[in-house]
Amino acid sequence: MLIKNYKPWQLRENDVTEQKLYVNRRSFIRGAVGVMGAGSIMGATSAHAAFLEEKRKLAPYEYSKTSYDPAEELTSEEAITNYNNYYEFGTGKGDPAENAWRLQPKPWSVKVDGMVEKPATYAFEDLVDLKSLEERIYRLRCVEAWSMVVPWIGVPLSAIINKIGVQSGAKYVAFETLADPKQMPGVRRRVLDWPYLEGLTIAEAMNPLTFVAVGLYGKEIPNQNGAPLRLVVPWKYGFKSIKSIVRIRLTDKEPVTSWGRSAPREYGFYSNVNPEVNHPRWSQASERRIGEFGRRKTLMFNGYAEEVAHLYAGMDLKANY
Amino acid sequence: MTITTAQMRRYGKPVIFFLLMVPALWLVYNWYLAFDYKPNGLGFNPQETSNRFSGDWAMRILLITLALSPLAKILKSPKPILFRRMVGNFAFFYACLHIASYVWLDMLFNWPELWKDVLKRLYITVGMISFLCLVPLAITSTKGWIKRLGAKTWQRLHRLVYIIAPLVILHFIMMRKGFQLEPLIYGAILATLLAFRLPKFFRYLSRN
Repeated sequence: MLIKNYKPWQLRENDVTEQKLYVNRRSFIRGAVGVMGAGSIMGATSAHAAFLEEKRKLAPYEYSKTSYDPAEELTSEEAITNYNNYYEFGTGKGDPAENAWRLQPKPWSVKVDGMVEKPATYAFEDLVDLKSLEERIYRLRCVEAWSMVVPWIGVPLSAIINKIGVQSGAKYVAFETLADPKQMPGVRRRVLDWPYLEGLTIAEAMNPLTFVAVGLYGKEIPNQNGAPLRLVVPWKYGFKSIKSIVRIRLTDKEPVTSWGRSAPREYGFYSNVNPEVNHPRWSQASERRIGEFGRRKTLMFNGYAEEVAHLYAGMDLKANY
Repeated sequence: MTITTAQMRRYGKPVIFFLLMVPALWLVYNWYLAFDYKPNGLGFNPQETSNRFSGDWAMRILLITLALSPLAKILKSPKPILFRRMVGNFAFFYACLHIASYVWLDMLFNWPELWKDVLKRLYITVGMISFLCLVPLAITSTKGWIKRLGAKTWQRLHRLVYIIAPLVILHFIMMRKGFQLEPLIYGAILATLLAFRLPKFFRYLSRN
């Protein structure tokens, strides 16, 4: 990736390029190709590449290192930011990286309601304490049987839950992703019932592992990874870790989840990583670590059994998948 | 100027042969690069890419095979039929690549896991059945087999393709998560191609 360090006296691209032109740069380039003829396609393609790298400047974050580190090789930043499931930007793995520049993560606010002590619409900066960011290196296991090791930056979800306050009787936390067809071209297709919905029990939400990421690899989180804030629940399949959150609601009823509604037989509310309970269409016994050729055995609770197994003591995990 | 059947055989066939080889050559070349740790077009999950790429082409070429006789009808010329055996065999060839990609590159010949996958995952079962049905069609694609079976029996056997093609589309629809457009587009193309056969099908029914 191209990292540009600007001196204060240097002009930025947006000082010399009209925003309208920038936003419509693809059609501008296409037009230019037409005018200049086929001979200039090469030139236009490299100009296109230069524009893509200009997408969004990701500021570095100050954060503290923590002991949450599986001591496994990190997945490359290139893979983490270019191989994504984020259907709001398209169903192809490369679609989010290509289309997510349309998302405007700043300014951002999150509606907090339901059984909370302090319901309000919080500005991103008021909800996430950017002065106490920490790094968490977690395994991420997708339900499609591939996995990564990701260095997230963020805060424990419990810090946010404590800030908004839990009313007695609340048992679940429900989350909602932005669903704006102007910023998210994939929302125009009904692959799922938008907006994307997810949920956790309060006990799961308050577990020290449960994390809200606002950064990745030392910088702000890229749009295609769920900017500006996303959930990270490392012992559950990736789809539970909802991206670009616009609403947090506390409730006493098990909340509806998008995949659960779309295919209840395939995606349960818990969706804990479990090599013994198979998805009807994929074996979950093994996985491919992105960047490796062979397959690895999938670990119970994605290797986090010590931290979370007690949450499900006495529960039939085959029935509560 | 018209192109004669002989010219079509002589020049058309090698051209089509080469065109149908292009995706396979691309796939093999990119795997060669990947094994050499060189930059390649297979992306971050090469096994997933090659499973999908080979499957996509097997399905597309199968649909092209089914498009040739309607095309002949529209053009009022039997020339497209000249290519049907070759295109059909290419569909089988890509289906073999698809299986090789899954069994070898993806599952690394882990037979117990593979066997469980084929039996337990309905979409793989459906895909496997359609592949097994393709095998006798590929074997009996030669002139010798047409003679041995007799044209009528041979044709009856090759009507299996009307079962295979819908199974292939079903396999594709079942593989995707959520409600996705792409498999349905292929389904619509197949439905159109089958619709061309309806008059003949009804005549066949009324005769029996």
